[in-house]
Amino acid sequence: MAKAKKSKFGQDNLVGVLMSLPGLILLTLFVIVPFITAIYLSFFNVDFNMVQGPQFWGLEQYRRILVDPITSPIFYKALMNNMTFALIVVPAQTGLAVLLAVMLNAKLKGIAFFRTFFFMPVVFPMSLVAIIWALMFSRDSMGMLNGLLNLFSFGYIQPIDWLGDPNIALLSIALLSIWAGVGFQMVIVLAGLQEIPAELYEAASLDRANFWQRFWNVTVPGLRNTLIFVIIITTIFSLRLFDQVFILTKGGPIDATQTVMYQAVTSAFIEGNVGRASAITVIFVLIIIAITLLQRLVLRQNREVK
Amino acid sequence: MSSATEQAKKEVMRRIRRSRSPKKVIKTFFHYVFLTVVTAIFFAPIAYMLIGSLKPTAEVLDGINGFVPKNLSFNNYLQVFATFNDESMGFLWRFYTNSILVSFVIVFGGLIVNSMIAYALARLRWRGRDAVQVLVILLVILPFEAIAIPLFFLLRDFRNTYFVQFLPFIASAFSIYLFYTFFIGLPLEIQESARIDGAGPWRIYRAIIIPMSKPVFASVTILSFLGAWSSFLFPLMMVDNPLYVPLPLEIQVYFTQPPTDWGPIFAFGVILVLPVMAVFLLFQRWFIQSVAASAIKG
Repeated sequence: MAKAKKSKFGQDNLVGVLMSLPGLILLTLFVIVPFITAIYLSFFNVDFNMVQGPQFWGLEQYRRILVDPITSPIFYKALMNNMTFALIVVPAQTGLAVLLAVMLNAKLKGIAFFRTFFFMPVVFPMSLVAIIWALMFSRDSMGMLNGLLNLFSFGYIQPIDWLGDPNIALLSIALLSIWAGVGFQMVIVLAGLQEIPAELYEAASLDRANFWQRFWNVTVPGLRNTLIFVIIITTIFSLRLFDQVFILTKGGPIDATQTVMYQAVTSAFIEGNVGRASAITVIFVLIIIAITLLQRLVLRQNREVK
Repeated sequence: MSSATEQAKKEVMRRIRRSRSPKKVIKTFFHYVFLTVVTAIFFAPIAYMLIGSLKPTAEVLDGINGFVPKNLSFNNYLQVFATFNDESMGFLWRFYTNSILVSFVIVFGGLIVNSMIAYALARLRWRGRDAVQVLVILLVILPFEAIAIPLFFLLRDFRNTYFVQFLPFIASAFSIYLFYTFFIGLPLEIQESARIDGAGPWRIYRAIIIPMSKPVFASVTILSFLGAWSSFLFPLMMVDNPLYVPLPLEIQVYFTQPPTDWGPIFAFGVILVLPVMAVFLLFQRWFIQSVAASAIKG
């Protein structure tokens, strides 16, 4: 009794700590320690190819990545590509997800059947998606996509070099990413749609609102939180872009599909330059934190306006 | 009075007529046309892979003729089975068991570890709880890519093992967060009365919380399985011995090695994805609910 009073945490203290311990140890060992290691290594010149050990470099890695006129352009190119990719994928994929969800949110026979097909690519590993699309993207008239374009344009559209043309390669990567990811978003939006009270639609119908008026005045405001969530995860997904690029284009042609993660992984894994890769990792995390904070801020302002 | 009923009747009839009006029929028709066209576009790459996996390589890459099912046979599958049947190329069954083993440990271990810490955070009072809570919320936004490089550096002496493929992925801040939000929402009364009856936290967790939380356990199972089964970046850096390579990495290796035989590559793809597709089609309600649940408040 007296013992229990001494600790303000009471009898649960030991059990609470014990139950958290496995998760806490694993998170520490495999998330926190590695991340701190990344920060630490980013201040060193660590190279697997070097005979001598790590040298302290201070901010030299960051200077080379962000400031140096010879070595920094490739990083900015990669960052720009990530941003461009986000600017294509976020609106296109979100818009498509909303369109599909609205079409599926109808009381029609066989809706579940269609939903199954839209969602199906989600269970495909990205490496397999990339390989299927490698063949869809074959560049001459033998390619599937070129064949389809040729058929539907009655021979007007000439074969496109989907992955070899620096102006198109990133767009092609975006296309397959949207195919692979839109089903996931659609399901989230569909769940958001079903949260909107039916009375709002009935009221709008009584006011003789047409489809677009209902869409803009009932559906979109009702989906606000869902859309913000979807936009945040798709933006972060755009920054993580790696698998598709590694399999299909290796960052090319002429760096048109370089990405931040592709730089980090090739620096460490192929060039053995762990110091540079770690510094890129730290910058990557700072960007993600900045985006999250920015979106939180926008979210809060919107709430205050309401 | 009778005119009022008459009026009401008319109104009802008008509504019925309007609901079956030609306009509505046309609308429904176009609704289906739209859905069918989009479905066809979505399914086209998958159909292409399925058909291509049954055709001779020379006929796979042939414009839209790739969709024409002609000269079908299981030769590509036989070739895949024959190719991956020795120490240097690896064994097909072994890629499978590698993927299954690693995914199973990640999913099952994750259910135990993450639900336990989430329960302790949601329902128990202990020293340091608030700090751990903040830590978990901070870690939720950290994607795996943020630690891939240092993990590769720290664990490079353990390449080509199983445990390096699953151990880093068992604890997941996102799974903890999903469990936590679910447990917080569970009614307290049953837990309180069990406590009065003398049940300790362990018993309450096992006998009350777990049985009441099947939906969140299903969600976490499916979401972490999809992640584990598809994992590519980390195996790419950590595994090159065909005895330990998981399926998604092996198909990339196969795709990269010349000659590029499209028929067998597609056959490999079908072999890779077919079991997951089957599970998805059987439990698709759960899959879809899990994804929807992953979005509960951002």
